[in-house]
Amino acid sequence: MSEHLLNDPTLIFLGLLIPLLPLVGFLINGLLSKFLPRGSAGWIGSGVVLASFICVVFIFKSVGPTDMIHIDLFNWIAVSGIDISFGIHIDPLTIIMMLVVTGVGFLIHLYSIGYMHDDEGFNRFFTYLNLFIFFMLLLVMGSNYLVMFIGWEGVGLCSYLLIGFWFKNEAYNDAAQKAFVMNRIGDLGFLLGMFFILFNFGTLEFNIVQKLASGLTPDSTILITITLLLFVGAIGKSAQLPLYTWLPDAMAGPTPVSALIHAATMVTAGVYMIVRSNVLFAMAPATMTIILFIGVTTSVFAAFIGLKQNDIKKILAYSTVSQLGLMFAALGLGAFSSGIFHLVTHAFFKALLFLGAGSVIHALHGEQDVRNMGGLRKLIPITFITMLIASLAIAGFPLLSGFFSKDEILAHAYEANKPVWIILSFSSFLTAFYMFRLIYLTFYNTFRGTEETKSHVHESPWTMTVPLIILCALSIFGGLLGLPEVFSEHHWLDSYLSGVTGGSVPFLHHGEHLSHGMELGLMSLAGFGAILVILYARNRYIKLHQLPPDETALKGFEKLIYHKFYVDELYEKFISQPVFRLSEFTGNWIDKFIIDRVVNGSGWLVDFSGRTLRLLQSGNTGFYVFAMVIGMVVLFIIRLLI
Amino acid sequence: MGPVEQIVPLNWYIVLSTFLFCIGVMGVLFRRNAIIILMCIEIMLNSVNLLLVSFSAYTGNSDGQVFVFFTMVVAAAEVAVGLALMMSIYRNIGSTDIDVLNKLKW
Repeated sequence: MSEHLLNDPTLIFLGLLIPLLPLVGFLINGLLSKFLPRGSAGWIGSGVVLASFICVVFIFKSVGPTDMIHIDLFNWIAVSGIDISFGIHIDPLTIIMMLVVTGVGFLIHLYSIGYMHDDEGFNRFFTYLNLFIFFMLLLVMGSNYLVMFIGWEGVGLCSYLLIGFWFKNEAYNDAAQKAFVMNRIGDLGFLLGMFFILFNFGTLEFNIVQKLASGLTPDSTILITITLLLFVGAIGKSAQLPLYTWLPDAMAGPTPVSALIHAATMVTAGVYMIVRSNVLFAMAPATMTIILFIGVTTSVFAAFIGLKQNDIKKILAYSTVSQLGLMFAALGLGAFSSGIFHLVTHAFFKALLFLGAGSVIHALHGEQDVRNMGGLRKLIPITFITMLIASLAIAGFPLLSGFFSKDEILAHAYEANKPVWIILSFSSFLTAFYMFRLIYLTFYNTFRGTEETKSHVHESPWTMTVPLIILCALSIFGGLLGLPEVFSEHHWLDSYLSGVTGGSVPFLHHGEHLSHGMELGLMSLAGFGAILVILYARNRYIKLHQLPPDETALKGFEKLIYHKFYVDELYEKFISQPVFRLSEFTGNWIDKFIIDRVVNGSGWLVDFSGRTLRLLQSGNTGFYVFAMVIGMVVLFIIRLLI
Repeated sequence: MGPVEQIVPLNWYIVLSTFLFCIGVMGVLFRRNAIIILMCIEIMLNSVNLLLVSFSAYTGNSDGQVFVFFTMVVAAAEVAVGLALMMSIYRNIGSTDIDVLNKLKW
């Protein structure tokens, strides 16, 4: 795979401009927010991201599948054999990610202008959003793991700031802290992985590490250690089992934040990172098996929880966890480009679902419980139609974007591992069910809230509906990025990314390639299954008018999944409480009786010795001279003796 | 080597310097008059100078002589400051006895 390095100064300039524009937007909005007229921060913030997006499109047009742009900005760390530069690397994978980040990012910025209109923290909100876009771009553009890590931590910070955006609510602050702390656990893994890479390969540059790694023996301990540690980082960032509990709580932030950070971009950073180091992972089949296992488990686990949630954003949050699990399952199967494909289509329809949910919440003045909604179909038609299409896309309705990307992963699973295929299909049917449960409860039948709320229901302003419509179009046609071989000559995304993922091909196990008939059969099976599930949901929620019962009425398994398998309670009991008790012990005993005594004792010692030794300063000059001479003599004797 | 170096061995200079230095130290320790103490410090300095010069002459290396010039300059400055201090002290307390100078203490 010979890669062609582009040195065109225009491209390099544009490449630098892409992350700098949101940074400039952040600085303007952050530093000058007091002097800006009200509302202008939104337009500045959206404008810089749009400008960034235009730069990305330009680069996308000029960079072919085997081209790349490499910019070494400066030599960052150079000590004793370690040489880390601050570099930017743009190749097809980066471009796909940048298109998603700036494109979807821009739409969400635009949407936020309408959504956050009455919020007192309007300028602050756009400051954080711009900062997030900057760090996210740094994450995907960095040429080595350390630059990626800056972005990785930066987006974590922005996530924290935005989850706790309404910081007057104590519960929201707790959610922000939970997200931050859980991410730290993953970040520790990532950091250790980086140390191991640096120790074994002497560099952190992606390309060099990949090349050096392909010379090692597959499945060696060191490769497994590195990949497992990196995967721990991905688990934290991408909310996989067992570190997923922060993501549903992160819904405390404003809805555009959930769409941008906790659905479309940041949580997919783990997927990006694994695809970025695909050679390392492909050479560690043991790790790949673990990724597959965790991905599949998370996918079905979160889908189960999604079935019984009543908060519209929580349903979407568990759906995100489940879909991320599906992406990791794809990575675990070695289908790296399929993982990215699903990442892209998921960014479209999940961002749309969140924005649509935001539009519903906006229309109902903050109501988030689907039990108090219903019948909104006629009142907010644009929101209804776009959300319906997004739900069809995520459910895998034939020919929509999610259908193709999900089907590709399922086809890979069918090739490699039949049980995995069955579980993933099951999980995608669950997805179809809970999504349509949401749609039917929200938009159909009659309104279940108060009359007063109903009289205030209104369609959102154009800044909110335009992003919905654009994302809706993308959710419909996003599948064109990767039409399977049955429908087109070749898989566009797969061949576009071949320069990035090609290095791992020799190390992957290849199953029997599916025949076109088999592929079509699998597709129609998945499609019909999804339709049947949707019809079942329709029967249950429209024909039979079923409503989610009170939690006291739930029994057995339903109760278990309503309470999210009691995972939060388990963590509370077995991790948080022991940690608190340990802190109490160290605070009350170790701190008070050991550390305090050592500190006070050293103070007392200095005081006492000072008080005693000062008596030597008698004022008698003769004595001083005598002491000096004695000292000299003593030094002289010591010198002679040694 | 000049004629003097052939007659007088280096050891004699070392012994002489040591004697001078000890006289200086004893003077500083046992005399109470500050001016005498200053003079004794000068004796110590000059004993070292003598030693430096003689080593320089016997080893044929001029470094020692250069060093001595520096010592002299520093000594001159030190005497100027020291005597000025003594003057000032005498004007204030009418004595140069160091036993009287015991006000500066804890």
